[in-house]
Amino acid sequence: MSELNAMTIAGARDALRRGEVTSLELTDACLAAAEAAGALNAFVHPTPDLAREQARAADARIAQGDAPAMCGIPLGIKDLFCTKGVPSQAASRILDGFRPEYESTVTQNLFDAGAVMLGKLNMDEFAMGSSNETSAYGNVVNPWRRGNDDGPLTPGGSSGGSAAAVAADLCLAATGTDTGGSIRQPAAFAGITGIKPTYGRCSRWGIVAFASSLDQAGPMTKSVRDAAIMLSAMCGHDPKDSTSADYPVPDFEAALSGDIRGKVIGIPKEYRMDGMPEEIEALWARGREMLADAGAEIRDISLPHTKYALPAYYVIAPAEASSNLARYDGVRYGHRAKLAQGDGITEMYEKTRAEGFGAEVQRRVMVGTYVLSAGFYDAYYNRARKVRTLIKRDFEEAFAAGIDAILTPATPSAAFGLGEMAEADPVQMYLNDVFTVTVNLAGLPGIAVPAGLDRQGLPLGLQLIGRPWEEGDLLNTAHALERAAGFVDKPAKWW
Amino acid sequence: MSIDLETAARVAKLARIRVDEDALPALAQEFNTILGFIEQLGEVDVEGVEPMTSVTPMRLKRRADEVTAGGMQERVLSNAPDAREGFFAVPKVVE
Repeated sequence: MSELNAMTIAGARDALRRGEVTSLELTDACLAAAEAAGALNAFVHPTPDLAREQARAADARIAQGDAPAMCGIPLGIKDLFCTKGVPSQAASRILDGFRPEYESTVTQNLFDAGAVMLGKLNMDEFAMGSSNETSAYGNVVNPWRRGNDDGPLTPGGSSGGSAAAVAADLCLAATGTDTGGSIRQPAAFAGITGIKPTYGRCSRWGIVAFASSLDQAGPMTKSVRDAAIMLSAMCGHDPKDSTSADYPVPDFEAALSGDIRGKVIGIPKEYRMDGMPEEIEALWARGREMLADAGAEIRDISLPHTKYALPAYYVIAPAEASSNLARYDGVRYGHRAKLAQGDGITEMYEKTRAEGFGAEVQRRVMVGTYVLSAGFYDAYYNRARKVRTLIKRDFEEAFAAGIDAILTPATPSAAFGLGEMAEADPVQMYLNDVFTVTVNLAGLPGIAVPAGLDRQGLPLGLQLIGRPWEEGDLLNTAHALERAAGFVDKPAKWW
Repeated sequence: MSIDLETAARVAKLARIRVDEDALPALAQEFNTILGFIEQLGEVDVEGVEPMTSVTPMRLKRRADEVTAGGMQERVLSNAPDAREGFFAVPKVVE
């Protein structure tokens, strides 16, 4: 058996059921790997005692023959999920010291299925960022490096800690969240699989809110099969989230036949961006060939409003964030600024939020405040919501014309250097999400699958976009793509 | 649409974030970059298009109007920076 921490969920599940390994052994292997990986800065609140307690309970459950697929599987949990009694601060100073009195629905679902939490994972502050450089805990470092250069690279964001931890085998899999690409972009940068399900599939209850009409949780894993297994355990109807869909949860793993003959794959011409690196273009063409070789029909399609997705997103997401983040006022939880003599409640709010929020969060809250303010609401916010309707309509028309899934690049480049974007204006960083953000605006499921290496030896991913509520079919297409791509590379260990 | 220093200061005030006077020019500059990017939306013909309210067509569920949780004052207050005698404590609000 390979190193225990390097196992997949599927492999560990089978080994656990056969009695070849215990959850405690898996958990200890991951805890040791995580402890030795401080240089990556992925785990920010390790929970070894809780992990071992959960592992022992899982082993007892497996011994009794009552073992759901996730039972005994050690996971990393993004810091955006509220976990009872365990620091949960969305990588923000403003939630310093916050220990929730409750458990998020997604983590509760995973724990009910017997999963083990190794600790909380680093991320961009409030999930706002594409490089994990906005975190109060400091940068996460990508375990991947360019072949000829030891310079530290970004793992992407906002689920950068999750991507780094999975790629470096510090856990078997991790939870992520995705508002504009925050699961799929870091998955692509780290050579792993990440799926954002249909909006409403996973309960948002207990996940620190960024933009409520866009946020979805999803798994970040070492294979498409693992994504299917873990997603089944994460989702399900939750009365505590009014946008949680009351649909039964299929067994997504059962959908993985690998047979995609006759499926129609759309290639949207608007995703061919000016100045797109040749390697991304070549990877996309290879993906197209691989799916065609597997028996799918490839069809060129048009999604005419694609160009307007990012600007619409950068109205809608900050607008919702400015509202959601109004709750951080120094009264009920987290940080409160030290006040001067005579300071009243307004000074308390203003000082607390200036000290507690980082630069990017402040920027987005203020942009959101502006686009919602009197006189600009129609020109910005309402117009962006109308454009969002058109973006969703583009996809609906493609699906109505018989398209089963849409193939695009996952990111416009491979992982870039930490600090490389420091001098760029904020919009340059936003362009990282150019291929992923449409999917959030339309509420669709999207998955990033590692599909190759670039010239410098860095992983590149392809994205597949599916019909709403048809994650099973999407995962099956992704499974076929994964098999054809045969991506097995791992980062060379330096940490 | 260009954001001047006065507008930047007003937005910061509305957002309840203290911004020092000397940080306002850079902030206004960033707003202008972002809003310049957003301006593209003006090119789109949105005549007769409904603004999206819900990405998945769904009706909000109803439930019986009854108490489902409560009686956990200590837990509610457990994370407060300043809680006294069962209440959240804040600086003086009313003169």
